Amino acid sequence: MSNVPAELRYAKSHEWLKVAADGTATIGITDYAQNSLGDITFVQVPKVGTALKAGETFGVVESVKAASDVYAPVAGTVLEVNPALDANPEKVNQSPYGDGWMLKLKLANPAEAAALLSPADYAKLTA
Amino acid sequence: MSLPQTTPLNAFHRQHGGRMVDFAGWDMPVQYRSILEEHKAVRARCGLFDVSHMGEADVKGPEALKFLQHLVTNDCSKLFPGRVLYTVMCYPHGGVVDDLLVYMRGEGDYLLCINAGNIAKDITWMQEQAKGYNCTVTDRSPDYAQLAIQGPTAAALVQTLTKTALTEVKYYHFTNGEVAGVRCIISRTGYTGEDGVELYCASGDGVRLAEAVVAAGGPFGLELTGLGARDSLRLEAGFPLYGHEITELITPITAGLGWVVKFDKGPFIGSDVLQAEKEKGSAQKIVFFKTGDRRIVRAETPVLNAAGHPVGRIVSGTLSPILNEAIGSALVDAAVVKEPLCVDIRGTKLNLQLVKPPFVPLKKN
Repeated sequence: MSNVPAELRYAKSHEWLKVAADGTATIGITDYAQNSLGDITFVQVPKVGTALKAGETFGVVESVKAASDVYAPVAGTVLEVNPALDANPEKVNQSPYGDGWMLKLKLANPAEAAALLSPADYAKLTA
Repeated sequence: MSLPQTTPLNAFHRQHGGRMVDFAGWDMPVQYRSILEEHKAVRARCGLFDVSHMGEADVKGPEALKFLQHLVTNDCSKLFPGRVLYTVMCYPHGGVVDDLLVYMRGEGDYLLCINAGNIAKDITWMQEQAKGYNCTVTDRSPDYAQLAIQGPTAAALVQTLTKTALTEVKYYHFTNGEVAGVRCIISRTGYTGEDGVELYCASGDGVRLAEAVVAAGGPFGLELTGLGARDSLRLEAGFPLYGHEITELITPITAGLGWVVKFDKGPFIGSDVLQAEKEKGSAQKIVFFKTGDRRIVRAETPVLNAAGHPVGRIVSGTLSPILNEAIGSALVDAAVVKEPLCVDIRGTKLNLQLVKPPFVPLKKN
């Protein structure tokens, strides 16, 4: 069984979102996603300042097997990207909800996050 | 409906956490733990691969050698009992039917090891070509399980399970013996570029042999290794894979395998076409490259010249876990091999630095 932390929200496309009180959110891919992809060898993230629409491709996660697009679960502007993934993309495998985070967004509309999947619903989706 | 075929070790893979995928019609483990970690384990210590999906064929009879000399490009007259030869067999137009190992067991008695995805095609082809020769070609694929134990500690591990002195069996030689009480062909061959052995045993003994290797493997750092690592190891070593560097449309000369094409042994299937290609020069060449970047350059990606025009295509690509950069091979117009070449990966232009493989130093015995 893959790990689905209770404090996060989820997209059907296997990204997670952690909303902070200040209207920012951290985004990454789920444990289920990293396990399905296998060894992650490259992560491409957008530049700081990029405005993303909900559902828009924000980057690529590449594994030995395939390159997969990753999508912004909600709209927002990129505040920060994880600088460690350039040299150590395997952090996404090792710690998908921790050191393997991908980017931080200033949310365009914080209410959008509430429409994402709950941990229980995401767990059902990936059961 | 056709279900994937299974090797005698199918349940073994599942019990050991193998992630199963369809490979050339076979249900095989692509990895157990991590392709990258399994790859590194084989370069540093050793790995156990189930290669029972590979095909085997007997070629027997008074004219077996004469037939093999007609069938394959390499010179089988150089073989003696206990010697193994790598070769390809070609169509009359020079394209490759398959690459294979030829084992000489005795006078008029040879064992061939062929690719899993080509078994039916190869057997049909060989039986057709054998007409008129006093010998038989028999598919023995279902009778054998085959395990490859590869890496710098592989021979020492297997030595704990056999009385056969493995140091006496040199690279590309084989002998018959018992490993863990299982009768085997013990072959000093492999597809990783490392020292090691390939063990052929009766299919029914495959699991017992694998379990014995696993049980003895701890002190040698044995890792269970899947087809993912097998592919990245062979590419890092610069070995061709049928369907990629060699195909029905890519000749051994184009693929840089001229060293297995022996014109001086007399005519063989495709020899006139291959000789002409060698003399006139190939229109295309297989080249190996690295990029200095981690983005994997995958098969079928177009290769571009400095002007951005397509001059070829990628045939294999992976991340070298040892170099930590993308490596691969490409089929390109022969005229451009000295020019700057690049690929466009999702909008990023990456230069191909052509390399004469192996990509890493190898430690074959």
